[in-house]
Amino acid sequence: MSATTPARGETLLEVRDLRVHFPTVDGLVRAVDGISFEIRRGEVLGVVGESGSGKSVSFLTIMGLITSRQAQITGEVIFKGRDLLKLPVDEMRHIRGKEMSMVFQDPMTSLHPMYRVGAQVAEAVLAHEKVTKKAAAARAVEMLRKVGIAKPEEGARRYPHQFSGGMRQRAMIAMALVLDPDLLIADEPTTALDVTVQAQILDLIDRLKTEFHAAVAIITHDLGVVAEHCDTIQVMYAGKIAEAGRGREMFYNSRHPYTWGLLQSIPRLDAEGAHRLNPIKGLPPSLIFVPPGCAFHPRCPYVMDVCRTVVPTLQTAPGAHPSACHLSDAEKVRIFEEKVLQRS
Amino acid sequence: MGRYIARRLLWVVLVVVLVTFFTFVIFFVIPPIDPAILFAGRAPSERLIAQVREAFGLDQPFWVQYGLFLKRIFLGDEYGWPGFGLSFVTRSPIREQFLDRTFVTAQLAIGGAVVWLVLGVFIGITSALKRGQWQDRVSMGFALFGVSAPVFWLGLMGLYIFWEKLHWLPGTGYVPLSEDPSQWFLHFLLPWVVLALLFAAFYARMVRGSLLESFGQDWMRTARAKGLSERKVVYKHGLRASLTPVVSMFGVDLGTLLGGAIITETVFNLPGLGTYVVRSVQSGDIPVIMDVVVFAGLAVALMSLVADILYAMLDPRVRYS
Repeated sequence: MSATTPARGETLLEVRDLRVHFPTVDGLVRAVDGISFEIRRGEVLGVVGESGSGKSVSFLTIMGLITSRQAQITGEVIFKGRDLLKLPVDEMRHIRGKEMSMVFQDPMTSLHPMYRVGAQVAEAVLAHEKVTKKAAAARAVEMLRKVGIAKPEEGARRYPHQFSGGMRQRAMIAMALVLDPDLLIADEPTTALDVTVQAQILDLIDRLKTEFHAAVAIITHDLGVVAEHCDTIQVMYAGKIAEAGRGREMFYNSRHPYTWGLLQSIPRLDAEGAHRLNPIKGLPPSLIFVPPGCAFHPRCPYVMDVCRTVVPTLQTAPGAHPSACHLSDAEKVRIFEEKVLQRS
Repeated sequence: MGRYIARRLLWVVLVVVLVTFFTFVIFFVIPPIDPAILFAGRAPSERLIAQVREAFGLDQPFWVQYGLFLKRIFLGDEYGWPGFGLSFVTRSPIREQFLDRTFVTAQLAIGGAVVWLVLGVFIGITSALKRGQWQDRVSMGFALFGVSAPVFWLGLMGLYIFWEKLHWLPGTGYVPLSEDPSQWFLHFLLPWVVLALLFAAFYARMVRGSLLESFGQDWMRTARAKGLSERKVVYKHGLRASLTPVVSMFGVDLGTLLGGAIITETVFNLPGLGTYVVRSVQSGDIPVIMDVVVFAGLAVALMSLVADILYAMLDPRVRYS
């Protein structure tokens, strides 16, 4: 743990106009198409969107796990004052895992099946610090204890297949936090887990972020997760940010038809039969042939002529949070209150 | 682990017994010709045939004969343990020659195995790391050549170039290590390489395929996310998982070869089990053929057991199962 804990609220990561385009034989896949946001110290950011909305790709790029070898990357990723996109591969490697680390979706496939859990956690220590193997192993055990693995000495000697799903994800979190990083990125950390275990893992992340003074970015498609655990939320669609705001407020005053669709698609147990599920009509757009204008317009129930031609930018109306939609703010408030709140 | 090995050893014994049974049936029961006539030589008298029949127990019922055969193999005969029996052709005990030839074949097979493992794994890694680049194309071109080129052609071409034309190699045949180490090495060099090329080609493709599969795994991304160097990511995490299929293939391949590399031994005039069995088939020396077949079966069964144990050591998920 660093000697001076920096003040909460200081900007830790600032992303400016990040674009990640993959050249493929079928055309250019615009996975991330100009997003800007920031994460402050001690803050939890929730990134919500469907599969293919660019939420994972943007953070894999920030981690340096997608590089200019695979994709055309433009923009800036300022982390603690340095532009990570301009750092040499070797320097980036020293940041990855130490100052910024990542937990992945499926802990079964994300742990190496042939190495002991303790060794895999210790490996992260050995990659960044000049310590003996014994000291690294001891730190791994200590970290496994912190993430709530009972009998950590014994657990460290086990292989991933001898762990339950929840324990594996705890081990992944131990691996990510063992070097006390400033930023923890959790990419769908609970999607592959049982519902009962999901809550435990999220509570663990909540607890550890305080203990380790880390900022956290949770990537998810589960609105419940972001509403419960995140200080700020951004909704992504087709590689762009549709709407961004603070915590629950964002949902209570949502300003974007896509978010409304997400809110309405939450299954309702009190509704009758066919009304229980209200999916957003249509399919997520192709990222090669992105619809002109607003990418959401083919699926939007409130589409106007301007939506088909002009790309909306993130605008902040007085008293509201930024959203990228051509509807007037008064209109958004009216529709949201009449159509969305009525039903939820 | 101990129980696992014990159980597997029992299976090896069962496999070997089955092999002995089928070889016995094939050579003593199915052929229309009486083995006693084969042994008795040209234009035998009725009395001689009857004598031979009695001497070898051929007048006994089938099960007794088979029992005697098993007894000879497992308990040994008057020439030692395990019992190899008496050659029909030379009328002398098979034992000494068999052991000598097994030793020659083992030197050929193990030396070749080292060459093909090193070559195959190295080429496979290069190829996977440089996927789609010229190194990959050259490697896979080599693999295609190695798989397609017949061993006898490669062997003869090698001899023609390096012995006949360049005089780099002293020729064919076998020189024992104890007699002259450098001659031993020079005589074995080309056989090793020729034998290894075919296998190296297979192994290169296998290593390449399984490494590329590893590269796509989630845990490779985790290794990178930890900030490990690319070397560690590839060699510690990627290669470790890719080598398990190589290990299990290797056991069976080496086991098969230990039973005799017929073509390589023939081309290079090596007195191994391969040439032994070919000669015995030509002269109808049934005891020798049976010994070689049983030995080959034992070699394959034992080597795959070794491979399975190694596999269990490499991959903790299969342990004790």
